Amino acid sequence: MTAIAEPTWAPGLGSRIRWGISDTLTLTKRSLLVWLRVPAYLVFTVIQPVMFVLLFRFVFGGAIPVKSPGGYVNFLLPGIIAQTAAFSTFGTAIVLAQELKKGVIDRLKSMPIARSAVLTGRLVADTGRMLITILIIVAVGYAVGFRFLNGAGLAVAMVVLATVFGVSIACISAFTGLAIGDEESVQAFGLIWIFPLTFVSSAFVPIATMPGWLQAFANNQPVTYVVNTMRAMALGGPIAANLWKSLAWIAGIFIVFVPLAVRAYRRAA
Amino acid sequence: MSHANGAGQPAILVEGLTKSFGDVHALRGIDLSVPRGTVLGVLGPNGAGKTTAVRILTTLLLPDGGRAVVEGHDVVREAAAVRRSIGLAGQSAAIQEELTGRENLEIIGRLYHLSRPEVRVRARELLEQFGLADAADRTAKTYSGGMQRRLDLAASLVGRPRVLFLDEPTTGLDPRARLGMWDVIRSLAAEGTTLLLTTQYLDEADELADEIVVIDHGLVIAAGTAEDLKGRIGGDVIEFTVPDRSRVTDAVKAITPIGEGEPHADLETGVVNVGVGGRGSDALIEAVRSLDAAGIVTRGLALRRPSLDDVFMALTGHAAEDEQQNGRRRGRRRSGDKETTGATS
Repeated sequence: MTAIAEPTWAPGLGSRIRWGISDTLTLTKRSLLVWLRVPAYLVFTVIQPVMFVLLFRFVFGGAIPVKSPGGYVNFLLPGIIAQTAAFSTFGTAIVLAQELKKGVIDRLKSMPIARSAVLTGRLVADTGRMLITILIIVAVGYAVGFRFLNGAGLAVAMVVLATVFGVSIACISAFTGLAIGDEESVQAFGLIWIFPLTFVSSAFVPIATMPGWLQAFANNQPVTYVVNTMRAMALGGPIAANLWKSLAWIAGIFIVFVPLAVRAYRRAA
Repeated sequence: MSHANGAGQPAILVEGLTKSFGDVHALRGIDLSVPRGTVLGVLGPNGAGKTTAVRILTTLLLPDGGRAVVEGHDVVREAAAVRRSIGLAGQSAAIQEELTGRENLEIIGRLYHLSRPEVRVRARELLEQFGLADAADRTAKTYSGGMQRRLDLAASLVGRPRVLFLDEPTTGLDPRARLGMWDVIRSLAAEGTTLLLTTQYLDEADELADEIVVIDHGLVIAAGTAEDLKGRIGGDVIEFTVPDRSRVTDAVKAITPIGEGEPHADLETGVVNVGVGGRGSDALIEAVRSLDAAGIVTRGLALRRPSLDDVFMALTGHAAEDEQQNGRRRGRRRSGDKETTGATS
C-alpha cells in the first residue's frame, strides 16, 4: 500500500520560498499585534529603556568621568542602545516558552506551513520591536543632550550594527526559551547571563575603573567590542579593529545558536 | 473528496507503534484502525500513552518502531502530506489570548494560504458554527474556558481536515461546557469527519465514539463498542463508604449476594463497591436492607454509572493509576488484587 504522490504536495522551490515568506509575514504580523495589545509589553520595551537613559544621564552620569567628546551623555547612548537590544530578547525567550507551554507551537507544527516560519516570524517581529525601541532611545537621547558627531551615514551604521547584534542575542534567547520551555525559569536564566554580559562591559563606565580580574572579562567580550564600535561610529575614532571583532563575535553567535535554536524547535514538546 | 487512495482504506492505520522516552516505554506496540467517517475513542488514564500516540499521528513526534498511516500517508516519510489532511486540538487552548476570536481564525486561515476573502468567510462560518459569533471581536482572554476550547477546536478546522485529532478535548471544563463541547463534536462526526478522540472519561467515549480502545501502560488492553466494554464491567455500580473500618469486611459479606461479581473494598478508605448489572434500583434497595440488617453504618450509598476505574478494574485488575491530581480518584487504590472480579479476560 504505497501512497500515490500528489503533485500539489511537492511544490517547486520558487513557491516554497514564496509560501515561506508569506507564512513568516503572517506570523510576524500576529506577534506584533499581540505586542500592541499588551500594555505590559509596551512598557517593558519602551518605558524601561527610556527610564534607563534618564537615570544614567541625570543620576549616575555625574559621578562617571569619561573622556568622550560631549561628555557622559554621548558616552552613554551607544552603550544603552546595545544593552537595550540585548534586553529586548528577554521577550523572545519568554514568548517562545509561553507558546510552547500553551500548545501554540504544537498547533503550528501540525499545520502545513513552512517549517522555518515560526522561528523566523518571531525573529522578524522582535527585530522590528528592537528597532523601534532603538529609535525611541535615540530620540530621547537627543532631548537630553546626545549628538551624533560623525555624520548621518555612520549614525545609520551604528543603528544597524546594534540591531544585527541584537538579533544574534535573540537567537541565544530563542534557544533558551525553547530548550527550557518554562516562562519563569527562562526569565531567571535570562537575568543570569544578560545582566553580566551587558553591564560588565564598556556600555556604562570606562572599563579602566573596574578591578583587574573583571577588566579581563570586560575587555574581551562581545558587548564591549560592539559598544566601542558603535561609539566610534557615533562620535568618531578608529572603527575597523573593533568592527571586525564585533562581526566575528556576531557571526560566531549565529553559527552556534541558529542550529541550536532550530534543533530545540524541532524537538520542542 | 477526490483523493488518490481507495475508499475502503482506513483513515488511520497504526501497526506495532512503539515509543520510549529513556526508560519510560510510552507506547509498547499499539495497533489501531479507524475507518473513514467514524469516531474512535481512545480511553486511558494519564500516562497511558494517549498523548504520545496523538503526537506521533500528528507528526509532532517520531516513533521508535512500527508505522502509522493517516489518509494513506506515512507519518514519518510523508509528514508534510499528513499535515495537509489533519487538524489537532490539544489539551489546552492553543489560541492567542491577546487577539480576538476572529483574528485567531483569520491568522490560521492565512497560514493555510486561503485568499483574504476566503479567510473572512471561513472565520465567520466557524465562529457561527461554534456559537462564538457574538464574541468574535472580543479578545480571547475574555472568553470562558468552554469558549476558548471551542475557539481552539474551530482553529483546528480552518483547513477543513479530513481527520481530526482531539486530545482530551473536555479536560478541565465544567460540566456545562463539557456538554456544549460534546454537541460540537457530535456535529463534526455527523458531517463525516474522521475523529480520533482521547479521553479519561468512559461516559465521554460512550457518548461520542463508535469504537473505543482502552490503553494502559502503552498497550491496547481492550477494544470494542461502549456496549461491549460495559458488558465486561457488569452495568451499574453500587458504592458506599463504611466509616468504621473494622466493619468493612462485614459490609462486603452483606452485599456479596447482591452483586454480579465480587465486591471491591478498600480497607484504608472504607470504600466498597460492587457491580449490579442492569438491576439498578432493585439492587440498591436490597443493599440498603441487608446492610441495615447487618447493623452497618454507611455513608454516601449510591448507584452510579461505571467509571473508568471500573473499566480498569474489570480489564486489568488494577485501578487506573492517575499520576496527576484528581481528587475523585485519589486514595482509591484498592487494597488487594486478589479481591478483583473474575468477570473478564
